Amino acid sequence: MRHSPSRLLQIGLPLGFGLLVLLLWQLAVQGFDIPPAILPAPTAIAARFAASTDILWIDFVQTVLKGALTGLALGVLAGLAAAILIDRSPFLKRGLLPVANFVAALPIVGIAPIMVMWFGFDWQSKAAVVVVMVFFPILVNTLAGLQASSRMQQDLMRTYSASYLQTLVKLRLPAAMPFIFNGLKISATLALIGAIVAEYFGSPTRGMGFRISTEVGRLGIDMVWAEIAVSALSGTVLYGLVALIERAVTFWHPSQRRG
Amino acid sequence: MSRFSTLTAILTVVVAILALWYAGSVLMNRAWVMDQAARAGEEPGLTEIIAATMTQDRARLPAPHQVAAELYDGIFDKRITSRRSLVYHGLITLEATMYGFLLGIVVGVSLAVLIVLSRLADLALMPWAIISQTIPVVALAPMIVVLTNALGAGSLMVPKAIIAGYLSFFPVLVSMVKGLRSPDQMQLDLLRTYGASRSQTFWKLRLPASLPYFFASLKIAVAAALVGAIVGELPTGAIAGLGARMLIGSQFGEPMIMWAALFAAAILAALLIWGVTGIERAAVRMMGGRRA
Repeated sequence: MRHSPSRLLQIGLPLGFGLLVLLLWQLAVQGFDIPPAILPAPTAIAARFAASTDILWIDFVQTVLKGALTGLALGVLAGLAAAILIDRSPFLKRGLLPVANFVAALPIVGIAPIMVMWFGFDWQSKAAVVVVMVFFPILVNTLAGLQASSRMQQDLMRTYSASYLQTLVKLRLPAAMPFIFNGLKISATLALIGAIVAEYFGSPTRGMGFRISTEVGRLGIDMVWAEIAVSALSGTVLYGLVALIERAVTFWHPSQRRG
Repeated sequence: MSRFSTLTAILTVVVAILALWYAGSVLMNRAWVMDQAARAGEEPGLTEIIAATMTQDRARLPAPHQVAAELYDGIFDKRITSRRSLVYHGLITLEATMYGFLLGIVVGVSLAVLIVLSRLADLALMPWAIISQTIPVVALAPMIVVLTNALGAGSLMVPKAIIAGYLSFFPVLVSMVKGLRSPDQMQLDLLRTYGASRSQTFWKLRLPASLPYFFASLKIAVAAALVGAIVGELPTGAIAGLGARMLIGSQFGEPMIMWAALFAAAILAALLIWGVTGIERAAVRMMGGRRA
């Protein structure tokens, strides 16, 4: 039997691998004299990062906090609400589920230029893109999750003479949580992509997508990598937060059990 | 009977969406009509207003039939070599999508094999595979262009394919890891009683067992590859492809170009998913298996 490795190994090995990649990167840049306009060394990127935390913070607020997170929150709420409403009507569910499944597979990022046209250059248009992008994964997953409680469990609730709302809140929504969190994890990564893509179609003079495209033009490649580092950190932290909340909410699910 | 009523339900939903869309285009385009009329000193009636909201060239929300007409024009009425042909742009995006899709399959399957065979790779690589997907690929895209240019890739196809592959390898990886690990202890024990070696177990048990998972992941992977190809066209200064078309429509303030490109991308996605589903069905039938 395989036994689960120690916590130290679980964190140490990937960390070591990451450090190894950074080290090779550094050595390659120095060894082959790669010009910084093509690939700056990790140390150069770190120096640039430390020197321009003020600009990076402004871009972070614009893109991540205002664009991505606002859109994510609105989109998730809208998706949940729509799923609960649709779930009440078998006819709607039958008709909407295939359509929503189809739409969820489409390249929805393509609405970015339209949202920029409708809502202007500022963060509102970015949030709107994110709302539409995350709406469908949440809707589809929540609808699937609301089916997760068994007939037997629902009958039990009925013998308790539970109302629709009580069954929803005490049984069906908790049972749907693993599905909803699957949707949330997909959404968390989509949100940042949506917010940054929308900036390529027009933005005020701040934001991560804006900074990246202008700095590429000015050959400020180290600044671009600093922005990439910020976006990577934000993406990973956002995903990690969702996973943490998931563990707290769905502690009962087999996939979360440890030991 | 149930198939029929499902179809009715879907059609009802589609009709409802179209109705909402028409209502939306009347509401959103109304301001412009009223403004034009006020300037001309006219008092248009309700029917005139509604008619005028659906014939604008630069409508905020073009009516469905306008988009359909533009799509038809771009797909059927232009020569494929024309720069205004959606087929021309679609094929360029499709090419990048397919390269990226193949790249994603190769990388995804190899990583999955490595991870399943080696405990070390599992611990060291799997977290990075997950992290790679939380990094917004659009931020990386310009750097991928700069690097591939420096390495001597002349066209934009290489960076676009890499970006598409970056998004599409992950679903393949996750499914393949699951699939390669799907044989249960009983089956593994049976092979041990046969005295099967590690590589025999892999080729004769793990790999065949993973195939349904593999095909199931392809649908997600191809959709992701298309998103990657389109996204890859945005920050890379591409002038051809559906993503580039959206960018051009946005820069020149031509909403119809954006809408047509958006729907062309949706049609392309539907065709790709449909094609992959067909391959999946055929493969599963050939192997006499069931779908995962």
